[in-house]
Amino acid sequence: MIVNLQKFIANERPTWAELEKMLGRLEAEPDGRLPLAQVQRFHQLYERTAADLARITTFSSEPETRRFLENLVARAYGEIHETREKQRRFFPLQWFLKTWPQTFRKHIRAFYFSLAITLAGCAFGGLAIAFDPDAKPVLMPFSHLLQDPARRVAEEENATHDRLAGHKTSFSAELMTHNTKVSIFTLALGMTWGVGTILMLFYNGVILGAVAVDYIHAGETKFLLGWLMPHGVVEIPAILIAGQAGLILAFALIGRGRRTPLRTRLREISGDVSTLICGVGLMLIWAGFIEAFLSQYHEPVIPYSVKIAFGGIELVLLVLFLTKSGAKEKTSA
Amino acid sequence: MKTSTLIIRTPEGIVFSQLLAGPVTRFIACFIDQLCIHAALTLLTMLLGLLMVLSINLAAAFYVIGYFAVSIGYGIFFEWVWRGQTVGKRLLRLRVMDVEGMRLQFNQIVVRNLLRFVDSLPAFYFVGGVTCWLNSKNQRLGDIAANTIVVRNPRVAEPDLDQVLAGKFNSLRQFPHLAARLRQNVTPAEADIALQSLLRREEFDPVSRVELFGELAAHFHAKVEFPAEATDGVADEQFLRNVVDVIYRTRPETAAAG
Repeated sequence: MIVNLQKFIANERPTWAELEKMLGRLEAEPDGRLPLAQVQRFHQLYERTAADLARITTFSSEPETRRFLENLVARAYGEIHETREKQRRFFPLQWFLKTWPQTFRKHIRAFYFSLAITLAGCAFGGLAIAFDPDAKPVLMPFSHLLQDPARRVAEEENATHDRLAGHKTSFSAELMTHNTKVSIFTLALGMTWGVGTILMLFYNGVILGAVAVDYIHAGETKFLLGWLMPHGVVEIPAILIAGQAGLILAFALIGRGRRTPLRTRLREISGDVSTLICGVGLMLIWAGFIEAFLSQYHEPVIPYSVKIAFGGIELVLLVLFLTKSGAKEKTSA
Repeated sequence: MKTSTLIIRTPEGIVFSQLLAGPVTRFIACFIDQLCIHAALTLLTMLLGLLMVLSINLAAAFYVIGYFAVSIGYGIFFEWVWRGQTVGKRLLRLRVMDVEGMRLQFNQIVVRNLLRFVDSLPAFYFVGGVTCWLNSKNQRLGDIAANTIVVRNPRVAEPDLDQVLAGKFNSLRQFPHLAARLRQNVTPAEADIALQSLLRREEFDPVSRVELFGELAAHFHAKVEFPAEATDGVADEQFLRNVVDVIYRTRPETAAAG
């Protein structure tokens, strides 16, 4: 029972001020570590302030003090009861070489699922074009894909001027941002229990399959590989990883076969989802550069074999990176 | 059940509450943020105007990337640097926090901001707004995925006590020990009812006013029994004034009311 409120506040104010100061320091320096004596002091201050809050809660005349103490206790509670790993200083190289590929491998099943959906879409799109070439405008509602492949190849190979001259950089930037937006959208649609993500992946697959069959059917396989491989071997996996992130989100939402509460499941995956989508962003920056500066140039400017070889090397490096980078070395028994 | 307050009970048994921000307040904050983004993009365009002298191509590329970075990164940047607040949220005294009162992590900020892509569908945050309206903690999809809530920290205004208490003699203060007990026994809700009834007394018609103050006075009489010399001849409304004076005027310099 507080007999004299003014005296109580005057007595306790130094405690609150000290706790507030320590909290400010902890929040400003997430990387900092308190010595044991200070940790003990911090805990003492928290307990005392929490007790003060309990005492003042019944006191009608001090709404501001109550609110101040609630805020202070809430902040200290967050610091003390946080069980997740404290965020350390961000090391970009370590994140790139370890965290990102490790996270990818940790959720490899979601990636395979993403890949399977895209392949199913490819098969559907390819078969649809093979059996009904008139379906092209429905499957690929993009004007630049509707052109006859053989005619396009002839135009590209006989071009006398660089049609991207003077706006390669801006074209590259447009590709990067557009593809990143599509990837984020694919991830975000995971919140529809994965339905939206699956539709996006399937539709991407449909377009890819339809374009591939259209060019192969026209006898332009070499052009197709030379055109798509340099950027596609990075861009397509990037979309697949975005789909992987969306599916991780969806699996956490559905929680099939798991007894942990939804909140816990989502808490477990939020870091991984952020990591994957940041990695996707990096991949798409690279793909954007390559698409603007290399993919759009064909024979005789750049031989198809060079472009295909470049794409092949990229693919091998990407697979090696995602499967091996950051892997723990096996210790002999 | 839909509620406007999130109650958090610590393992030590301490309970503290956070006021949840509603969809309308959040939408206004979001609108302010959109204006800020627009202002930032206008500034970017002006700066890139200088770069256009050197290369139109480069300026266009910077604009595309800048537009993307500002529109996606604005929320992430400010919520991280200002610990859960953007310009709009700061102006409306809103703050993003962890749903369990834990420390807000960078991952949570990234996830809740990236999921705006779905929340903003099909336009004007319709999906997010409906979800927020239906959700018991006023969460949009991004908040659900990131385990975050948006709380409101309203400025607690000091009641204008002079308006109702000025110059009145308070017979209850002649018994300081009983006055202290009254302060202890009255809950914040009861104190607020008493204060509001006095502040809004002119809004009641005379009969209702007499009835209301009669009921309230009886209620507070039952809380602590004061000696007859403190209450005899004191009208119900005056008694209530004295009660509010005892509860709210606890500072030494104002304690000697009357």
